[in-house]
Amino acid sequence: MTIGLEHYLTVAAALFVIGIFGIFLNRKNVIIILMSLELMLLAVNINLVAFSSFLGDLTGQVFTLFILTVAAAEAAIGLAILVCYFRNRGTVDVEDVANMKG
Amino acid sequence: MIGADLAIMTPEIVLSLFAMAGLLGAVYTSKDKLASAMCWGTAALFVIIAFYIGVTGNGAHEAFDGMFIDDAFSRFAKVTILLSAAAILAISQDFMAKSDLLRFEFPILIILAVVGMMIMVSAGDLIALYMGLELQALALYVVAAMRRDSVRSTEAGLKYFVLGALSSGLLLYGASLTYGFAGTTRFGGIIEAAQGDMPLGLLFGLVFILAGLAFKVSAAPFHMWTPDVYEGAPTPVTALFATAPKVAAMALFARVVHDAFGGVIGDWQQIVMFLAVLSMFLGAIAAIGQTDIKRLMAYSSISHMGFALMGLASGTAQGVEAMLIYMAIYVVMNIGTFAFILTMERDGRQVTDISSLSAFASKEPTKALAILVLMFSLAGVPPLLGFFGKYAVLVAAVDAGLIWLAVAGVIASVIGAFYYIRIIYLMYFGDAREGLDGKMGLVPYVGLIGMAAIIGLGWIPGINLFGIEAPAQAAAAMLTR
Repeated sequence: MTIGLEHYLTVAAALFVIGIFGIFLNRKNVIIILMSLELMLLAVNINLVAFSSFLGDLTGQVFTLFILTVAAAEAAIGLAILVCYFRNRGTVDVEDVANMKG
Repeated sequence: MIGADLAIMTPEIVLSLFAMAGLLGAVYTSKDKLASAMCWGTAALFVIIAFYIGVTGNGAHEAFDGMFIDDAFSRFAKVTILLSAAAILAISQDFMAKSDLLRFEFPILIILAVVGMMIMVSAGDLIALYMGLELQALALYVVAAMRRDSVRSTEAGLKYFVLGALSSGLLLYGASLTYGFAGTTRFGGIIEAAQGDMPLGLLFGLVFILAGLAFKVSAAPFHMWTPDVYEGAPTPVTALFATAPKVAAMALFARVVHDAFGGVIGDWQQIVMFLAVLSMFLGAIAAIGQTDIKRLMAYSSISHMGFALMGLASGTAQGVEAMLIYMAIYVVMNIGTFAFILTMERDGRQVTDISSLSAFASKEPTKALAILVLMFSLAGVPPLLGFFGKYAVLVAAVDAGLIWLAVAGVIASVIGAFYYIRIIYLMYFGDAREGLDGKMGLVPYVGLIGMAAIIGLGWIPGINLFGIEAPAQAAAAMLTR
C-alpha cells in the first residue's frame, strides 16, 4: 500500500476533531483545553505540509513555520492568563470558570 | 523593489516602531508615570496616521507580490479603525487612572492590536490574513485580562483566549484546505480556482474560514464569548472590543468573500444570510432580560453585526458599501455610549447595572438627552444616523432580491428597539432612589456630546452623513471588481 495524500488528510482531520472534542467535552481542566488547541494547530500543520509536498509548492511549508511561531506565542499568552486566573480563583477546573452567566 | 513594498506599508511600520520604542523607553525610564502621556501620544499618532492614509492614499497598490494590498477599501477600514481606537484611548483615561489600570503596556498593546487590524484589512493572502488576525487577537487577549487581580477580568481573558484560539484553529483548517485545493494562498489565485462548481475541498475550506471569521465578528451562533468577555473585561477594553476589532473583522470578512471567493457568491451567500438572521434575532431577544449595561451592549453588538452581515449577504457592491457605512455609524454610536458607560458611578464607585440609570434625566438633562439620541439611533429610529445605516443595508438586501431577509431585519430591529427604549424610559420616568452621581470628566463628556451631535445632526441635507458615502462607494467598487 502506498501512502497518499488522503491518508495524511485523514490523520489531520482526525487530530483536528479530537482537538475540538477535547475543548467541548472536557469538563476537568483548563490545561487540557490548551493542549487541545495545540493539537488543532498541529493537525492544520500536517494538512499544510502534506498539501505542500503533494503540490510541489513551498508556500504550505512556509505557512507551517508561521503557524508554529504563532502557536508558541499563543501558548505563552494562554498560560500567562491561566496563571493570573489561578492566582485569583485557586482552581483551574473548567466547571468553575462560570462567574458570569446569563 | 523592497523599498517600494515597504513604502506602501509605511503606516504599519511607523506604528510598530513606535510601539517598540515606547516599550523600551518606558521600561528603561519611569514606567507607569509615562502611561498617561503615552496614551495621549498614541491617540495623537493614530489620528495623524488616519489623516495621512485618508489624505495621501490613492489608487490600488500591491506590496510583497500581492500579500499586502493598499486600496480604497483597506484605507476606509483603516481610517475607521485608527480613529475609533484613538477615541477609545482618549475617553478611557479617567477610568483607567481611577481604577489603577493606567499602565504603560495598555497603549502599547493597543498599538500592536491596531497594527494587526490594519494588516487584516490589507491582507491579500491567507498567510498575511492569519498573521494580522493573530497579532490583533494576541494583543487583545492580554488587554481583556488587564485587571490581573480581578476574577472577572482574568476569567474574561481566559474565555476570550480559549474561544479566540478555537476560532483561529477553525479558520486555519479552512485555510489549509483552501490552499490544498486551490494550490495557492493568494486571494488572486483562489478566486481563479473557485469558479462555477468548485471542488468539495474548497467548499469545506470556505465554510471553515467563514466559521472562524464569524467568531471574530461575534455573529450568532458563534457569539457565546461576547457577553461574558464584555462584562468581565475592564470597561475601556470592552469599549475597544465593541469598535475597532469589529470593523477590522467585518472588513476582513468582506475581503475574503469577495476577493477570494467572489466567483462563488451563491455558496457563501447562504451561510452569510443564515449568520445574519440568527445574529439579528438572537441579539435582539437575548438582550431583553439583561440587567448589566455591558452585557446589554454585547447583545446589541451581536444584533448590529447581524445587520452588517445582511449588507454583505446581498453579494453586491452596493451591499459592501452599505456594510461599510453601517460599521462607521455603529462605531460612532458605540464610542458615544461607552463614553457614558465609562463614567457611570454611584457614590464614587463604578457601576454597570441598568437600574442605576433611574431618573438620570432629572439630574443631568443634557447628558440624558445625548444618551437618548444615541439609544434611539442604536434602535434605528429616523432621522438619526443609525436609521440611515439600517436603511442602507435593507435597501441593499432588497435590491439583491432578498426581500425576506429585509423583512426579517425590520422585525428584528423592532424587537431590539424594546430594550433601548427601556433605558430611555428608566432615565426619564424611573424613580430616583439610587441614581448615578452624574459626574463626568471633560474628555468623556466631549466624547458623549460630540458623538451624540454627530448622530443627531448627520442626517441634515447639507451634512449628508458627513460625506462618508463617496469613500464607502469607492471602497466597495474596489472590492467587487
